[in-house]
Amino acid sequence: MSDDLYREQILEHYKNPHHFGEIKDADITQEGDNPLCGDVITLYLKLDDGKLGDVSFRGRGCAISQASASMLTDMIVGRPVAELKSFPTKDLLEELGIQISPARMKCATLSVNTLRVALNGDLHEEED
Amino acid sequence: MIEARAINATAVRADFPILGRTINGKPLVYLDSAATSQKPAAVIDIMDDYYRRYNANPHRGVYTISEEATAAYESARQRVAAFINAASVKEVIFTRNTTEAINLVRYTWGRVNVRSGDRILLTEMEHHSNLVPWQLLAQEVGAQLEFLRIDDQGLLQLDELETRLHGVRLLAITHQSNTLGTINPIKAITAAAHRAGALVLIDGAQAVPHMPVDVKDLDVDFYAFSGHKMCGPTGIGVLWARRALLEAMPPFLGGGDMIKRVKLHEASWNDLPWKFEAGTPAVAEGIGLGAAVDYLKNLGMDQVRTHERTLVDYALEKLQEIPGIVLYGPRDPEIHGGAISFTIPDIHPHDLATLVDRDGIAVRAGHHCTQPLMDRLGVPATTRASFYIYNQPDEVDQLVSGIQKAQKVFA
Repeated sequence: MSDDLYREQILEHYKNPHHFGEIKDADITQEGDNPLCGDVITLYLKLDDGKLGDVSFRGRGCAISQASASMLTDMIVGRPVAELKSFPTKDLLEELGIQISPARMKCATLSVNTLRVALNGDLHEEED
Repeated sequence: MIEARAINATAVRADFPILGRTINGKPLVYLDSAATSQKPAAVIDIMDDYYRRYNANPHRGVYTISEEATAAYESARQRVAAFINAASVKEVIFTRNTTEAINLVRYTWGRVNVRSGDRILLTEMEHHSNLVPWQLLAQEVGAQLEFLRIDDQGLLQLDELETRLHGVRLLAITHQSNTLGTINPIKAITAAAHRAGALVLIDGAQAVPHMPVDVKDLDVDFYAFSGHKMCGPTGIGVLWARRALLEAMPPFLGGGDMIKRVKLHEASWNDLPWKFEAGTPAVAEGIGLGAAVDYLKNLGMDQVRTHERTLVDYALEKLQEIPGIVLYGPRDPEIHGGAISFTIPDIHPHDLATLVDRDGIAVRAGHHCTQPLMDRLGVPATTRASFYIYNQPDEVDQLVSGIQKAQKVFA
């Protein structure tokens, strides 16, 4: 794990997010926010025969929240929905590859929490 | 009369043990005193001494250390009363903090005096602690909330005041905005409110630590503040209110200490101020607040204000040089207390606060418990630097270079 919170890859995703924008005919549109930070994202999911055919997001907030959303879209596109319903938070944190302090954990996990709400209707907390 | 001496921040710093700390190998630059101030050794030591030498439950013990605890706790109350020029020590109620003091007024005076259809006038710049209690009261009794608006410099639009006061039972307003730094003209606002028949409650959490506050001169009805923002410990705050109001108000929490005589089905209330202080009080914290008041009084509150005005003047000037920065709050340091909010283009306040923390600079990022104000400003969050007696101009310079470094990271 790097201790550089703002390593190049994070900033790159923040400045040029992947799958950024809106899917007009999305099957699921889910908003998520951290009221305490003011980070917001909207996930657009297009399903295709039990798989996530396409995904996009819109949002604004800190670099950590937006970069994590961008990375998450790369990780989930094309994968079976059944699998994504319990997408592990730790996979996303590993992809981020940085030490997240407790205060910033909500920023780092906003996207994956929003995905979980989108697919399960609630946060459906994973078990340890 | 003693000649007023300007504050020597270097000497003041030596009184605060925490300022000797390093963060990430750099000296701590503490710019978050609007959230909580640091504590001088005098405050830490006096609380330590209480626990080591005379810890006892005050007020009824007949033995030596309980009498000592009572004397120290009540002496702190006297010093607080003098500090804000209260007419009587009976008007000084110890609470946990500003929030509890405001809620005390909501539950006691509010429930009796605010009725369906009445109006409570607030402002767009209130801290959640001077907003949510009134939302709850309004929902409970069917009252209406109204809000004085702010202009683009973060000043209240007082030309609307007279008309907005129509039918208002209570005007609850902050003395100094914790987010914008705006110092509100409380005396004039209070006079207008009284002419309209409204009572006035002041959230003084950001004022009492930073400027001379004289409740008699302001002529307000309720005044709330916290110990921990004025060099004192957490867990102790103050509600000051006019004695006649306090006499008429029902008690807040029920329990020990607040009673005079208890029978199985009824009780009568203790005299002021204890009528509003149920249960074993925060003795060490009260004593600590007394020491904090002594410390500030020794510096002189006029000097404290002058010191902060100078820092704000300097900080506004230096921060303005940063390309793209947006500063919120008044440009005039005369009405701008020691808190400055700003945003930097393309850097979220949380990222900025994290980046400058690497250089040991502590600033706050977020909504500062003023979400409606963030909505009004059209931003999700701001970064806030706030100053106190121990801050120096070179810390402003360090903040500015910290921001410039962050801009390079995000360039």
